Amino acid sequence: MKKLVAIAGNAGPKVRSDCEITLKINSEGGIIVDLLSKVKTLYGESIVKLASEVLEFFGIKHADVRINDSGALPFVIAARLEAAVKQLIKTDVDYLPDFLIENNYSSDRDRFRFSRLYLPGNNPSLMINAGLHSADGIILDLEDSVAPEKKAEARILVRNALRQINFYGAERMVRINHGEEGLKDLRQIIPHNVHLVLVPKCGSVNDIKLVEKEILDIQNVFNITNQVFLMPIIESALGIENCFEIARSSENIVAMAIGLEDYTADLGVQRTFEGKESFYARTRLVVAARAALIQPIDSVFSDVADMDGLYQTVLTSRALGFEGMGCIHPRQIPVIRQGFAPDETEIEKAKKIVLAFESARQEGLGVVALGSKMIDPPVVARAQRTIGLAIRLGLIPANWSDEIPLQRNQVLKKTV
Amino acid sequence: MTVKTVINAAGRSVPLEINGQPVVPFKGVGKYKPVGRKYSPPIPTCCDYPDDGNKVVGSLAEALQKCGICNGMTISTHHHLRDGDLVSNKVFELASQMGIKDLVWFPSASFPCNDPVIKYLDDGTINRIEGSMNGPLGRYVSEGKMRGTAVLRSHGGRVQAIQDGEVKIDIAVLAAPTADSFGNAKGTGGTSACGVLGYAKTDSMYANNVIVVTDNLIDLPCFPMEIEGNYVDYVVVVDKIGIPEKIVSGTTEITKSPDRLLIADLTASFLEKSGILKDGVAIQAGAGGTSLAIAVFVHKILKNKGWKARFGFGGSTKYMVKMLEEGQMGYILDAQAFDLDSVASIERNANHIPYPVYNAYNYHSKGNLTSMMDIMILGATEVDLNFNGNVVTHSDGYLLHGIGGWQNCLNARNVILPIPLFRDRIPVIVDEVTTLCGPGELIDVIITERGIAINPLRQDLIDSVKGSGLPLKTIRELKEEAEKICGKPQKPDFEDNIVAAVKWIDGTVIDVVRKLKI
Repeated sequence: MKKLVAIAGNAGPKVRSDCEITLKINSEGGIIVDLLSKVKTLYGESIVKLASEVLEFFGIKHADVRINDSGALPFVIAARLEAAVKQLIKTDVDYLPDFLIENNYSSDRDRFRFSRLYLPGNNPSLMINAGLHSADGIILDLEDSVAPEKKAEARILVRNALRQINFYGAERMVRINHGEEGLKDLRQIIPHNVHLVLVPKCGSVNDIKLVEKEILDIQNVFNITNQVFLMPIIESALGIENCFEIARSSENIVAMAIGLEDYTADLGVQRTFEGKESFYARTRLVVAARAALIQPIDSVFSDVADMDGLYQTVLTSRALGFEGMGCIHPRQIPVIRQGFAPDETEIEKAKKIVLAFESARQEGLGVVALGSKMIDPPVVARAQRTIGLAIRLGLIPANWSDEIPLQRNQVLKKTV
Repeated sequence: MTVKTVINAAGRSVPLEINGQPVVPFKGVGKYKPVGRKYSPPIPTCCDYPDDGNKVVGSLAEALQKCGICNGMTISTHHHLRDGDLVSNKVFELASQMGIKDLVWFPSASFPCNDPVIKYLDDGTINRIEGSMNGPLGRYVSEGKMRGTAVLRSHGGRVQAIQDGEVKIDIAVLAAPTADSFGNAKGTGGTSACGVLGYAKTDSMYANNVIVVTDNLIDLPCFPMEIEGNYVDYVVVVDKIGIPEKIVSGTTEITKSPDRLLIADLTASFLEKSGILKDGVAIQAGAGGTSLAIAVFVHKILKNKGWKARFGFGGSTKYMVKMLEEGQMGYILDAQAFDLDSVASIERNANHIPYPVYNAYNYHSKGNLTSMMDIMILGATEVDLNFNGNVVTHSDGYLLHGIGGWQNCLNARNVILPIPLFRDRIPVIVDEVTTLCGPGELIDVIITERGIAINPLRQDLIDSVKGSGLPLKTIRELKEEAEKICGKPQKPDFEDNIVAAVKWIDGTVIDVVRKLKI
């Protein structure tokens, strides 16, 4: 039987910045909008106008629209109404709000991915200010945080969010669903400057190939030249066994993450704070990622109130070789950032090694020494990496070596 | 009936008469200086009072009758019992039963628990409220349902109005957590402890008749008394003056909202980088979640630098008590205690001192504490391009809040408003405030999650944070940013009827609230 009434969006005492649309298409009577809104005095006219525009766009001339609004921004109202329309009629067109020029930036392969903030894909109130918290990446999540019956409307909301919300320079990421639903997600989001797609429950190379092909097809249709990066999330025993192959299965893969909730469930064990049960999987993933020259990324820390626990976990994570971690609350971002950044002692030590290396090279010495200690090439490489990281994080200036001529001399003397 | 209006010094159209009494339009900050002598209550004679000091009467009804309650009287109450107050509503219930009409209720503030007085406004027992109106009461007023015109005053403005005789209190009904039979009373002890009784002190000194209502009568002397029995006519003992868990929040908690924490973080770094926060600073912050977070961040800075705030002016909270007890604050001067920790601290700490508002906020005082404060953290429902602030109405025109001490606090050296740029699509920074409560010349800094705007009048502050890396913007840039996200809002439609007058701290009319067209 054909559906007569469509409902999309969210309403309720705790819902904010969202709306619920109830739409009934009629054969006569024109467009009747019934608006219940706490911002009716301020935006009533513009909300009714927007609703009429959206319906007209989809060729609907007669309908009852009930909007139960809790302060939704226009792109949210449009997304909810579009979702309701698409429940009732078949259409290939999308009602696209303007694309903010501020969102027209690109990402690059080697950028930091220390912290990436997950945002539930059907919850606009958490999205609006998300970019203010300085996460390296913002993930609009269409997978686990969206209920199965809300997938279709979340896709439209996320698409509009990609066009309308300023994420202030964060890498623009979307976590799609696994399988066929995920391909539907891609069709809706890829044309809107997505920098990176997270591919969840990745068990084999085939999962990547399917996603990659779909993205390529969409890019061809829309004539998109920007590269879309991929970050597979390994969440099963099979995925861990295949992770090196997965890691090098596409040149678009820039990082690989582990998802420990699903992984431990797959193993049939409890996830603990200590994490002994996932030690093998984590180290194996780190090694596979390094071998494939991509960034290894750790699982999220789920207790948002426990900042000390988070910090300890970040330190462990960094010690294992990870280069980033997911966040589920903005307050986790500075803790993660601090944890992954080199500390002062590390930076000072690295400075000395790099200076010693530089002076040895200038003097044509084959061997680098710091005091009485010989420094091996890998140690130099690691120190250079630490310095590079410190400069990129703004912990030391790029010309740091100019500022310490005295120390430089001291080091010189020692190396001679 | 049309009322003659004039344009006041703030450019607002205000009447020359409210509730049949002439009023003075706002003349500018510090411009209005009334002359004459302070109002004084009738001269009492001690021999009219019991020699044994026992002023206890059988019931509140009896006390009201002995005070000669009659039509048109002004009845005052205080709000130290906050949302747990059981006394104020009772007064009007009794008055209604006695068939009294046209009373003026003059509370120091009202709370949601006072919504039942709407039925006494409906039945004519109360003509009008001169005090704060929140939630349903505000809605009632905005929709033009109250007979008289509401008058909104700041806490200090209330003291000013009492002292210069603008408001003559016929009967003050003062709930007291602890009292003796002579009428000495304090805010601590008993089951309804609220900490301090500072707002009631002026009422006790200036009202024609004073009734103390307590649920914890102790033997003389009730010490240290905040209300002195020498001002009190009758004492009434009841089962309960308040609902303890609604008098003080068991505990005040800092905000968990990441956006508000971001604003708090930004505020603390502004205070530090501008050099306003320093050793020996005097500071006031409220009990809202964002203010508490600011207090926590400020405490951290003081600790790291080895600094100590000279004093904090409360609204006290456990976070302020923590500063006091850990040595980062010398004194807490306290006008009201917000949580149980603060109530306990008043009894425990010699340097946590009840401090009545007439010493801090009063226009007719020979100087005030607020102008000596270095840092003042306040909120607002709206701020406009001229930094004018609104705290009583929302952008949709509804009266929803009282002024509290907000206007009085604007006298501080650095007035800082940490506010979100918009709340559920409602922009906070607007072209022109719906209701003017505070002139922009007194508001120095607006701190939002998307940037900081400093009042151009404060070039010194602008210079102090040059090159600091803080996200400085003009207030117009902030407004435009909000409108880009939310859309440009329409204005509410008002009728000509004036439903409330907003007084400035000196008693002049700074603005009015008009009836909403519904």
